[in-house]
Amino acid sequence: MNKFFERRYVVTGIFIAIMGTLLARLYYIQIVDDRYLLYANSNVIRKQILYPARGPILDRNGKILVQNEPIYDIIVNPKEVKPFDTLAFCKMIGIDKPGFDKRFEKARKYSPNHESIFEKQLPVQLYASFQERLSEFQGFYVQPRTIRTYPDSVAAQFLGFIGEAQDRDIKRSGGYYRLGDYIGVTGVEKAYENVLRGQRGVRNLMVDSRGVPKGSYANGIYDTVARSGERLTSSLDINLQKLGEQLMHNKLGSIVAIEPSSGEILAYVSSPTYDPNLMVGRERGNNAAKMYNDPYKPFFIRPIQAQYPPGSSFKPLSALIALQEGIIDPNETFYCTGNYRAGNRIVHCNHGEAHGTVNMARAVAESCNGYFSMVFQRIVDRYGVKRTEANFTAWRNNVMKFGLGARLDLDMPAEGRGNVPTPLHYDNVYHKGGWRSSTIVPLAIGQGELLATPLQMANLECTIANHGFFYKPHLIKAIGTENVIKKEYTEKNYVGIDPGYFEPVINGMQAVVETGTARRSKIPDIIMCGKTGTAQNPRGEDNSVFVAFAPRDNPKIAIAVVVENSGEGAHWAAPIASFIVEKYLKGKITPRESGITVDYFANANRLPDLSLYERDLKKERMRDSIRSARADSIRKLKADSIKKAGQIKSVKNNKPNILDGLLAGRRAGK
Amino acid sequence: MNNQRSFFFNVDWLTVLLYLMLCVIGWFNIHAAVFDETHPSIVDTATNYGKQFIYINVSIVVAIVILLLESRFLTALAPAFYGVTVLLLIIVLVVGRNVGGNQAWINMGGGFRLQPSEFAKFSTCLLLARYLSSVNIKVTELKSFFIAAAIIGFPMLLIMLQPDTGSTLVFCSLIFVLYREGLSPYFLIIAGLLISLFVLTLLFNPLYIILIMAVLTGLIIYMFKRNRQFVLTMLIGLGICIAFIFCVKFIYTSVLKPHQTERINILLGITTDLRGKGYNVNQSKIAIGSGKLWGKGYLHGTQTKYAFVPEQSTDFIFCTIGEEWGFAGSVVVLSLYLFLILRVIYLAERQRSPFSRIYGYGVASVLFFHVVINVGMTIGLVPVIGIPLPFISYGGSSLLSFTILLFLLIKLDSNRMGIV
Repeated sequence: MNKFFERRYVVTGIFIAIMGTLLARLYYIQIVDDRYLLYANSNVIRKQILYPARGPILDRNGKILVQNEPIYDIIVNPKEVKPFDTLAFCKMIGIDKPGFDKRFEKARKYSPNHESIFEKQLPVQLYASFQERLSEFQGFYVQPRTIRTYPDSVAAQFLGFIGEAQDRDIKRSGGYYRLGDYIGVTGVEKAYENVLRGQRGVRNLMVDSRGVPKGSYANGIYDTVARSGERLTSSLDINLQKLGEQLMHNKLGSIVAIEPSSGEILAYVSSPTYDPNLMVGRERGNNAAKMYNDPYKPFFIRPIQAQYPPGSSFKPLSALIALQEGIIDPNETFYCTGNYRAGNRIVHCNHGEAHGTVNMARAVAESCNGYFSMVFQRIVDRYGVKRTEANFTAWRNNVMKFGLGARLDLDMPAEGRGNVPTPLHYDNVYHKGGWRSSTIVPLAIGQGELLATPLQMANLECTIANHGFFYKPHLIKAIGTENVIKKEYTEKNYVGIDPGYFEPVINGMQAVVETGTARRSKIPDIIMCGKTGTAQNPRGEDNSVFVAFAPRDNPKIAIAVVVENSGEGAHWAAPIASFIVEKYLKGKITPRESGITVDYFANANRLPDLSLYERDLKKERMRDSIRSARADSIRKLKADSIKKAGQIKSVKNNKPNILDGLLAGRRAGK
Repeated sequence: MNNQRSFFFNVDWLTVLLYLMLCVIGWFNIHAAVFDETHPSIVDTATNYGKQFIYINVSIVVAIVILLLESRFLTALAPAFYGVTVLLLIIVLVVGRNVGGNQAWINMGGGFRLQPSEFAKFSTCLLLARYLSSVNIKVTELKSFFIAAAIIGFPMLLIMLQPDTGSTLVFCSLIFVLYREGLSPYFLIIAGLLISLFVLTLLFNPLYIILIMAVLTGLIIYMFKRNRQFVLTMLIGLGICIAFIFCVKFIYTSVLKPHQTERINILLGITTDLRGKGYNVNQSKIAIGSGKLWGKGYLHGTQTKYAFVPEQSTDFIFCTIGEEWGFAGSVVVLSLYLFLILRVIYLAERQRSPFSRIYGYGVASVLFFHVVINVGMTIGLVPVIGIPLPFISYGGSSLLSFTILLFLLIKLDSNRMGIV
């Protein structure tokens, strides 16, 4: 024992203390601090999203409107590629040698070790031959995907299309969508996006430090399978839709046909239309640009977005309200001289013809403007001129019960409202109390400020066909195997007219087709009740309007047809409607007494002269350019402010302050 | 016969047991760290874990040979060992193989390589023990201190030329031996003070530190009003400290190599570079930290299995332990080390001969330094210094040299009753 014996305790103490420090540190990073487990997992786990197949959409008889078609992306991993017969390879997938080199260089630039897409969207025929020889091309793989395909190329505006999710979609979805994901942009694809998209699956893969997959994480217990989107059954009848699109070819306008007993929409034609297959695949961008620039606007969904004055097709409604209000007796006669004087305004009947003595049925059948102006004035003036506003408001409310002037809540996005003018509107145009029944008398015959979408017009016919109620129109009958649709679609909406008042009006509408303005469109063996309309159009010729339902007893179909810039309703809209009705009720089209044929109407070109639209187009372009200039300047301002903030920051950072730098480093490190 | 029996009982089997446990733990963790699916067997010699198995067996044979040697032989040959080692260290500078920037290996043929710096540790300990245990030699005397320092410093110099900073620094741990043998405690205190000053200067504004030091000195002088000499000493000390603070910048930029500066910066959080320079330590911390209490299980560490931590079978082997066996495993391994080191100190203290005692302290110091630096660097407590974890890290030279280091002591201890 020497004199420094006690120093063993000092040495031992130092050793134990330092070891204790190590253990304390280990305790901290292994037990207290939970971040490292997260880091380790994010190191090793790669979440792979499994995309479900989008739901198909069928017509009311189970025929496919849109489904998924498999296509194949060729993937290459440059590291694994061994020498092979390049020429045969190029031939097989339809590219040339420079194209091959370009693609391969791109893939290698992306990553020499990782897979990237070599060629996109190989159709199934090419894939079959390629698959057979795949083993010769080491490092190349095939990855299946699906795209939307439309076997009959119909109902483009109904179906809509899908596109890559934009920033705002991503933001709005709370991170559900990611860059490159597809989302419904318009039509049913948008309206039923949540149902169609299905449920994504996740596969948790383990990767090593170079990102090479090494199998599934935790034996896949956290993995979920992708569930395909639900099948949607629409209420459309594909045959009717096809006929409608054929008839409306080279015309502007729309056809809406509804089953009155359910509110299901049978045909939903918007013209001009386009082949929905154009909005899929490699040429999508070019096609879309072309259609956006088309002055006839194929992307404009006319059945719900176009708003027309209903014209004479509004008259049955006028009559019904008058009957319900007890203003007029159906048998009361009115003598039409061809010119009706309302205040100092003269309302002419069409072409100045005088109808002579008319009762209600005849007034409807012969579309007597004078009769309905008289009726309208009586309603608005009934409690004296002083109460014009209150009377008009009551009339307006009655009109709106039929679904005019407000959205019908169709299960599609971007529905238009139409317009039933408010008293306030007239107060603004004239001055308060400065308008009378004579001022607003054009409303009586569906002109003036009155606007309705074709959908609203068809819905009006449903209401008349049902003698006083309608079901809200809708396009989707069933989701998946369940026939569950929104409850509001199964409720009757009463319009406040007693069923008994409908007979005289319907008599008049029957006469329109039997002997009246639309007699050329009479369908053999079917009693169709309709009403023509010729609505004034600020641009060019009048719009040809026809609304109808058939058969008279137990109606099966109600229809509204608008052909823009085509003159009288009887000439264009009525025959087209009659073909649709006949096709639906009989399944075929029989020769007509009047000699009209489908071919004639299908081949006719009623597209308006583009010069009519030039002014509007110019205006629109101007507006767009102003808008885009504004957007540009906002973007620039934002970029500038970001830049400025960056500069301020970097100036701060440039200060040689060790403490700041250290703190920043700490923060970044921890 | 009687002699044989007493020899058997005199061997400290507890230390041998600790040694074997650490070897086996090392072997299994190397298996996990470099697991190869095509060679799953732990004794497959195509793999590093198979090779480690061979090294362990060789080491055991060497250990047995050492136990059979004559103790006197060791004392007598200490200078010879030292001489051979120094020769090898010189040879390696001439014909050595350069691996990873260090010219530290001599090719032995057959795929085996010798790392002389590993063997320098025990031969230096032996010669130091031999010198300090000589009659009339006291560390407290200046001349003896310088000779002892020279014995330690010469191999350090040669190793620094390779350059292998880690192995060089190991020799610094021998300050504990000198301290035990009478070196003034001020050496330890000053060493600690200088290290703290170095770190503080890098972390904070040097002016603040100087200010605080001055205030502290003033306080101490005021509270312990002693003689003038005390005040003078304190003031000189303050002056040296301030001078050192100004030197730090110079040491940092001129003496240390850029990669060393970088490692210290990363440790202190002055720079963060998780993808580049800081990648290693960051991944190592993730591996250990993600082990939680019980670990992910043998061969189930994701950081380990998928090669996120470089050098994982050698310098960063502790990651495997931390990740797969968790905090529990870390505590067990560190406790084994602490137990072993304390046992070595106990063995050293029960020796009659100063030679054995001094050598024992050398063993304890070297082991301690290796464990603290190695584990400390994997959990971000000390900068990255590439030295192995004794008995556990993969590598024949290191395992063999640690075995010799430890078993020489066991041999000396088994003979403690004899006269050396």
